[in-house]
Amino acid sequence: MSIDTDTARRVAKLARIRVEEEALPALAAEFNTILGFIEQLQEVDVEGVEPMTGVTPMHLKRREDVVTDGSQQDKVLANAPDAREGFFAVPKVVE
Amino acid sequence: MTELTKLTIAAARDALRKGEISSVELTGALNAAVDGADKLNAYAHKTPEIAEAQAKAADERLKAGDAPDLCGVPLGIKDLFCTEGTASQAASRILEGFRPQYESTVTTQLFRDGAVMLGKLNMDEFAMGSSNETSAYGPAVNPWQADDGVALTPGGSSGGSAAAVAADLCLGATGTDTGGSIRQPAAFTGITGIKPTYGRCSRWGIIAFASSLDQAGPMTRDVRDAAIMLRAMSGHDPKDSTSADIPVPDFEAMLTGDIRGKVIGIPREYHVDGMPGEIEALWSRGTEMLRDAGALIRDISLPHTKYALPAYYVIAPAEASSNLARYDGVRFGHRAKLAQGDGITEMYEKTRAEGFGSEVQRRIMVGTYVLSAGFYDAYYNRARKVRALIKRDFDQVFAEGVDAILTPATPSSAFGLGAMKDADPVQMYLNDVFTVTVNLAGLPGISVPAGLDHKGLPLGLQLIGRPWEEGDLLNTAYALEQAAGFVSKPAKWW
Repeated sequence: MSIDTDTARRVAKLARIRVEEEALPALAAEFNTILGFIEQLQEVDVEGVEPMTGVTPMHLKRREDVVTDGSQQDKVLANAPDAREGFFAVPKVVE
Repeated sequence: MTELTKLTIAAARDALRKGEISSVELTGALNAAVDGADKLNAYAHKTPEIAEAQAKAADERLKAGDAPDLCGVPLGIKDLFCTEGTASQAASRILEGFRPQYESTVTTQLFRDGAVMLGKLNMDEFAMGSSNETSAYGPAVNPWQADDGVALTPGGSSGGSAAAVAADLCLGATGTDTGGSIRQPAAFTGITGIKPTYGRCSRWGIIAFASSLDQAGPMTRDVRDAAIMLRAMSGHDPKDSTSADIPVPDFEAMLTGDIRGKVIGIPREYHVDGMPGEIEALWSRGTEMLRDAGALIRDISLPHTKYALPAYYVIAPAEASSNLARYDGVRFGHRAKLAQGDGITEMYEKTRAEGFGSEVQRRIMVGTYVLSAGFYDAYYNRARKVRALIKRDFDQVFAEGVDAILTPATPSSAFGLGAMKDADPVQMYLNDVFTVTVNLAGLPGISVPAGLDHKGLPLGLQLIGRPWEEGDLLNTAYALEQAAGFVSKPAKWW
């Protein structure tokens, strides 16, 4: 499996990280090094093995379906880069 | 009495309880030491005012009697832990200016017991790194040096924690460990660090990297201190669905040093190619020490060991790409300056390009790739199956009666800052070759300083225990510590 510049561009887009066009070949090369390393996993016989989901068999706890938290608008907005009138503000999303 | 800054937690506790010293005195001495050690860059954010206020309150509580073990004990807190009102930015630009409105469960428990916070400790950005060099604050520096005086890494990701404990800038520190981030820096700085069983410490309020692997743990001068601090950090938390609802024993009370009849496994797959002779020799000496202490040594096999690192470098980036999706410039942290006409996608892309360092970007993108349509089964699901096999290897040797497993902690002693600059990322990942299996299997692992190499730099041995048996593991580590008799300290140059 080899990653080309187009794939690197697509992955950066999916990850929502801006990568300048001239940086893509180096990024693709790095991906190839890492994926080459990961490729060893193909040697392992995993026939019939269930993917591991947790380290200890444990049932998730349940709790009463009631409101346990809330009414903290100031705290929720305290670290926002741009908060206005009790809302998070972002650039225009729809034209 | 020993100089205040050099006290162990146990010695400080006893002296505080007897009224021989006050927490205000002790905290003052450590605040001064922290101020005099800027060259080590261990503390990213100092909090002397908070420390003084907490020390005063602790002294009141000590006078009233019946104070917990950590009452009045000054600690450093890794920057990954959210501390209410105090900068907590995971050594990343993207969380610049972030002031949590809440306190992590682990620090809540430490403060409940009266611990004093000296400040927030340097680390690799989002805990991704093995040398502290990915930090937005610049690298922490190892207080240990060889004769050539070259600046060395304290390891990573908990490099600031390790440097601070080794240089007497706190009596103990919190760390976190996703692939070796407590145990490798502990080994590089001649201190003790334990990663408990996954689920022992609540992850709530600890900035997430790879949620199925992340665990908090203490980094301390010795095994007894690790036992004391781990007990305070542990316990069930309804806010973390993966935290275990099982009792936390008094780990310190389990330190008898008696390991007669315990079975110690020596895994043959850990003799990796190119391992320095010194590491092999240290490992053999450690084996002999445990045998002399009455343990039974048994050669064991963990056949899937070589696939642990590749599996880790699928699973950890996959989880990271998902966890770090929250840094979008909307709710907290950095937002890029936008150009005329930029929409929300440009805001995300520019914010994340400016806010994340190169290693974090690389791992997010690798994670995005292995989770993308068409590759999910080939990479991610396969890695999770291999992870199940790695865990099964351990389950089998434990079922056959092995109590603990002895391995080296790292493949070398501390290397120079910048020495890996031109190496490809995989070379850096190899630092975690002995530690990463433990995270994948969710087991407890501890690094104990066991000797010096030919350059005079510390080396550590790792013990791996059965799940939930940290008490027994700490006791084996205690026996190893007593036999190794490691007392060296770095000569002060900073």
